[in-house]
Amino acid sequence: MAASLLNLPRLFGKLVLGALAHLGRFSLLCAEILRGLGEWRIWLPRTISESASVGVGSLFIVALISAFAGLVTAFQSGYQWQTALPLYTLGTLIVSTVVLELGPVLVGLVLAGRIGARYAAELGTMRVTEQIDALESLGRSPASHLVIPRVLAGFIMVPILTIIADVIAVLAGWYAVKQVLPVTDDDFIYGAQYYYRAFDGYYSVIKAFFFGGAIGLIACYTGFNTQQGAEGVGKATTAAVVASSVVILLLNALLARILLHQ
Amino acid sequence: MIELKRVKKRFGDQVVLDGVDFTVQEGETVALMGPSGTGKSVLLKHINRLIRPDEGQVLVDGLDVAHLKRQELAELRTRIGYVFQNGALFDSMDVFENIRLGIVDETKYEDLEYCRQRVIECLRLVNLTAETAKKYPAQLSGGMRKRVGIARAIAGAPKYLLYDEPTSGLDPVNADIIDDLVKSLADELGVTSVMVTHDVRGAFRVADRLALLSDGKIVLQGTPAEFRASDLEKVRAFLERDFETPQAA
Repeated sequence: MAASLLNLPRLFGKLVLGALAHLGRFSLLCAEILRGLGEWRIWLPRTISESASVGVGSLFIVALISAFAGLVTAFQSGYQWQTALPLYTLGTLIVSTVVLELGPVLVGLVLAGRIGARYAAELGTMRVTEQIDALESLGRSPASHLVIPRVLAGFIMVPILTIIADVIAVLAGWYAVKQVLPVTDDDFIYGAQYYYRAFDGYYSVIKAFFFGGAIGLIACYTGFNTQQGAEGVGKATTAAVVASSVVILLLNALLARILLHQ
Repeated sequence: MIELKRVKKRFGDQVVLDGVDFTVQEGETVALMGPSGTGKSVLLKHINRLIRPDEGQVLVDGLDVAHLKRQELAELRTRIGYVFQNGALFDSMDVFENIRLGIVDETKYEDLEYCRQRVIECLRLVNLTAETAKKYPAQLSGGMRKRVGIARAIAGAPKYLLYDEPTSGLDPVNADIIDDLVKSLADELGVTSVMVTHDVRGAFRVADRLALLSDGKIVLQGTPAEFRASDLEKVRAFLERDFETPQAA
């Protein structure tokens, strides 16, 4: 016990040094990305194919999750609205909940698992099989060939998928709420429009944009710094998903504080 | 010319290179030998700055590799072909695209017809057919992957070729094929080659000069004849296993 207490400063120092090393390496990767942006002939076609792959590949799971999120929101709201509250406010509740929170956060978390894990595993495998070294040895920038297309695909596709998720979730909620309460289409549309501000939509997309960037950057960083073979790839993949998810939750809180309470 | 002067490298507490001096003259093939885990690949990776030295200098054509700027380094790397131990082929690309990436001149890289011709030429130089270009790395045998790795390394017509254990994991017949290839490429293309290997027999077949790395230092650098004549204990111990049988015979 005493020994471990004596070791506390050393442990703390080690943690701080580890965190600083990560910060340094992450900053270097960001600098490489910024430098590589000039090589648009290399990253542009790869970004297009990567975005198409992310978008098409994620569409089904995003549609499924957003549809269920819309349904459950409607059913739970229907349960709580069996009081004197006006029914049209259900439209307000479902649209606001989906657009402000559920759409971007669910899409962010799902894609942190889906594309975050994929990016980290791909780049991690390339690192341990020396494919990244091979690219460097050919005088080519791994940032332009591998990192920028993946990061930009995150920045581009997560907002697009979020817009699709928002629409599907609202439509699913609209359909579901009519099954449990006597809400008319006019009631729902009136309620949805009454409190809706254009900013709500922008807010949803802005959040998704940050989430997409976080997923791409974190997954590429962990994959790029993979060590020690297959075990390292496994660790990098797990770390990418966990770190992306945590950062998404932190960004969610931060953006809500900054953008909704100016 | 490649020169390493008093190069030191450590990973954590482990000293891998402890003041290495190593020279490769223009046009020659040098085999860098040593037991597994002595830092041969680490030394090789210093030459094109895949690894930076902690101390000392790495000079290629008089340029201090560790202190080159980004653009200068990229330009230098186009003059150095690197053959990785397991090929390091890009597994999401077919052989054609893998070799095409080795064409470092961007204008030529964009010219698809030139690339087709060049890829076929490189495949011919490594004794592979043009049909191989359509295959993916997963469809190739170990020996073929190594040869495609060599084809990629020579696609940009480099001045230097660095081979990292080109025959490891191969049966003796395939190892001989790769050794012959290293020799014929040096003759045909006039490249300067450094080959990291622990295959003593192959090193003596291929190299103009040999170097033995042990305990972080170059123990001896010289011709095959000088190695055979050496009385140094480490040299004798390393060569003994492979040359015992022929000498006895």
